[in-house]
Amino acid sequence: MTDAQQTRQDVLARQFIEAIPHAQALGMKITEVGAGRAVITMPYDTKLIGDPETGVIHGGAVSALMDTCGGAAVMSHPDGPMGTATLDLRIDYMRSAKPGDMITAIAECYHMTRSVAFVRATAMDADTDRPVATATGAFSVQLGARQ
Amino acid sequence: MTRPEPVQVIKQRRDAMLQSLIARVPYIQFLGIQMERHGDELTAVLAYRDQNIGNPMIPALHGGVTAAFLEVTAIMELSWAMTWEDMEAGKITDQSPRILLPKTIDFTVDYLRSGLPRDAYARARVNRSGRRYASVHVEAWQDNRSRMFAQATGHFLMPQRGD
Repeated sequence: MTDAQQTRQDVLARQFIEAIPHAQALGMKITEVGAGRAVITMPYDTKLIGDPETGVIHGGAVSALMDTCGGAAVMSHPDGPMGTATLDLRIDYMRSAKPGDMITAIAECYHMTRSVAFVRATAMDADTDRPVATATGAFSVQLGARQ
Repeated sequence: MTRPEPVQVIKQRRDAMLQSLIARVPYIQFLGIQMERHGDELTAVLAYRDQNIGNPMIPALHGGVTAAFLEVTAIMELSWAMTWEDMEAGKITDQSPRILLPKTIDFTVDYLRSGLPRDAYARARVNRSGRRYASVHVEAWQDNRSRMFAQATGHFLMPQRGD
């Protein structure tokens, strides 16, 4: 893939993610996307609280962020998929995210076949040395005319 | 001999307890999840909302919404089972008691088909619940109960009760 093609692929990945209504509802922002890697942030919001005793956001919101970030990583892969959907996703929750902190997810599509993309992702709050959660997933790959 | 409580009094007490359990979790309201109860059996209902869409071209429910719906259902099933025991034993006197929620350790979602833009339902089964850990399986469907669109298994750390 040439640089121009990769740039086009990155723009496609960004558009794909920014058109997602649920990503907008959660306030997600793409900070980096390209060559099978994506970084997406999600601001803290009281409407996402899962534990009213502590104000910690629900694991489900972190799952939605990691799933979206995984999809963005797949879409920006140099093999140039036209679409993707999650086949399976496993999330390990290492600790509670600090209430008030923005969550950042980094996803990497580390292998892609003609039909499946394999993804790893990590979610962090402000303390980037201690991840909040990690995920591994398999995504479907819809290749377009260019193969 | 004391007469048993009238059925509507029992129902009202159980429904009020269930509603108080879900009403204080903002994220459950954000997704638009409600709980239906038959005896102690719960069915979670995710009413269709435009903001829960992940792929506007198809359109399909967001995979993250499906994962969150299944996780909420699993946590509620565990919390409800603990609350039910205490409630039926007459240990809960407060109208909205402080209930500690289980914490998710890991959660694996299996996406079987895309979620259609309509209501979704889910039921959880607690396969094992010990003092510290619990293992829960959840199934979600839409129009046909026999055609699941997603299923999940998760492990949870149970809250330590001071008794």
